[in-house]
Amino acid sequence: MAYSDKVLDHYENPRNVGSFEKDDPSVGTGMVGAPACGDVMKLQIKVDNDGVIEDAKFKTYGCGSAIASSSLLTEWVKGKTLEQASEIKNTDIAEELALPPVKIHCSVLAEDAIKAAITDLKSKAEGEVQKKIA
Amino acid sequence: MKELKVPIYLDYSATTPVDERVAQAMMDCLTKEGNYGNPASRSHSFGWNADKAVEEARANVAELINANPKEIIWTSGATESNNLAIKGAAHFYQKNGKHLITCKTEHKAVLDTCRQLEREGFEVTYLEPRDNGLVDLDDLKAAIRDDTVLISIMHVNNEIGVIQDIKGIGEITRERKIIFHVDAAQSPGKVPVDVEEMNVDLMSLSAHKVYGPKGIGALYVRRKPRVRIEAQIHGGGHERGMRSGTLPTHQIVGMGEAFRIAKEEMAADNERILMLRNRLLNGLKDIEEIYINGDLEQRIPGNLNVSFNYVEGESLIMALKDIAVSSGSACTSASLEPSYVLRALGRDDELAHSSIRFTIGRFTTVEEVDYAIELIRNAVVKLRDLSPLWDMYKEGIDLKSIEWAAH
Repeated sequence: MAYSDKVLDHYENPRNVGSFEKDDPSVGTGMVGAPACGDVMKLQIKVDNDGVIEDAKFKTYGCGSAIASSSLLTEWVKGKTLEQASEIKNTDIAEELALPPVKIHCSVLAEDAIKAAITDLKSKAEGEVQKKIA
Repeated sequence: MKELKVPIYLDYSATTPVDERVAQAMMDCLTKEGNYGNPASRSHSFGWNADKAVEEARANVAELINANPKEIIWTSGATESNNLAIKGAAHFYQKNGKHLITCKTEHKAVLDTCRQLEREGFEVTYLEPRDNGLVDLDDLKAAIRDDTVLISIMHVNNEIGVIQDIKGIGEITRERKIIFHVDAAQSPGKVPVDVEEMNVDLMSLSAHKVYGPKGIGALYVRRKPRVRIEAQIHGGGHERGMRSGTLPTHQIVGMGEAFRIAKEEMAADNERILMLRNRLLNGLKDIEEIYINGDLEQRIPGNLNVSFNYVEGESLIMALKDIAVSSGSACTSASLEPSYVLRALGRDDELAHSSIRFTIGRFTTVEEVDYAIELIRNAVVKLRDLSPLWDMYKEGIDLKSIEWAAH
């Protein structure tokens, strides 16, 4: 299959590869996919005190399109508020990377990953509040 | 050292380049100065000469598998041969029973043909191989019923290169008077084939896996005891009525020449190819978490099928763009299913997704293998650095203990 230049670029030079300490309260982790299906994405976001994503990292097990989708996503979420980040749509990713129809699920997975990371971050925050109330 | 030309071709089980000697023989049968007649023309020398060339090729093909030339039927390739053999025999012998036996790791040309027969009212047993890819003969015996008319088992598996015990199966089928079809698309020139010793009744052959052209194959149809098949393509009654259609002289001559060379050079080819395969294996085997798929002993020399755990196959193939290999994972086609062959071996989906098939052939060099080893090692390191699963493995997390959201 022919990959677009953008997919190849992200695949050859993936941006923001790595991990944050997942127990850090300012870090949200989203892990989506399944090894049996051939792709697993781990996306982590780190927010500052104003709730703006100051950094993002990823690791992905999957095809070139899955790697490119998650790499692109880390670039996009930086500097966004959680709300803005949650509005990123898989169709935007698919369009930017010119993904062919059989690879659309990679962009869907990326959207799931950012949503999962935000949920994780929020549940941590709520956990903190709960602790304080208790 | 001479300059390496990339990409390096390590996909000889997909197809092979046509040997120069074969190409030359084919070209001599095309243009107006050449042997271009219709082999079926009985009224002039153009036809006679073409017929002579076709019969020489038939003799070469027959000789490689120890058959009589009269037992060789030309087809368009192994897929057609498989269709003709399985449908043809099942239809002809259905009065004796409507049960067939095959194996889950067969080529799609066999499996899909069996599926079609199921739609027509036949019953098919799909044997599960052992985890080394080999069919257990006791399982096979146990699957035989009074109404079993045909057993179809491949000789050499296209994905993992394992060699089935065809002789052992042939003894069983002969004793039980069941027609035995063998898909031998991958065997000529790689392993000895002897239809007499193996008691094979029908055998599918292909030219393009053995340095011949695409678009030509053959079906061996036993004469003693006589095996009957119903034609699938009707017309002018060529090939004794079993397969009509004008014979493509150049294709046939190409297949004949390829089989002649295969017989002559098999021993030398295999010795060199095995040395290269072992060099590749030795260059990779100390990588952590790699698994060889299929039995390493009962295997053709040129095949190495490896799973690199925690690395996804398609991304690995992308990283290996300077070598032409194929992925056990069919992600590169429209389907996202991992290899059904590896799954039948009981491999986890993860490992099936992470498999790469390297196949080495007549024109592979030591330099190419060494280059491939370095490329593969670097790619695996790079992709594992990217893999969250690799991190988890390194942290000692059992991936099976995690509830993954299947999608």
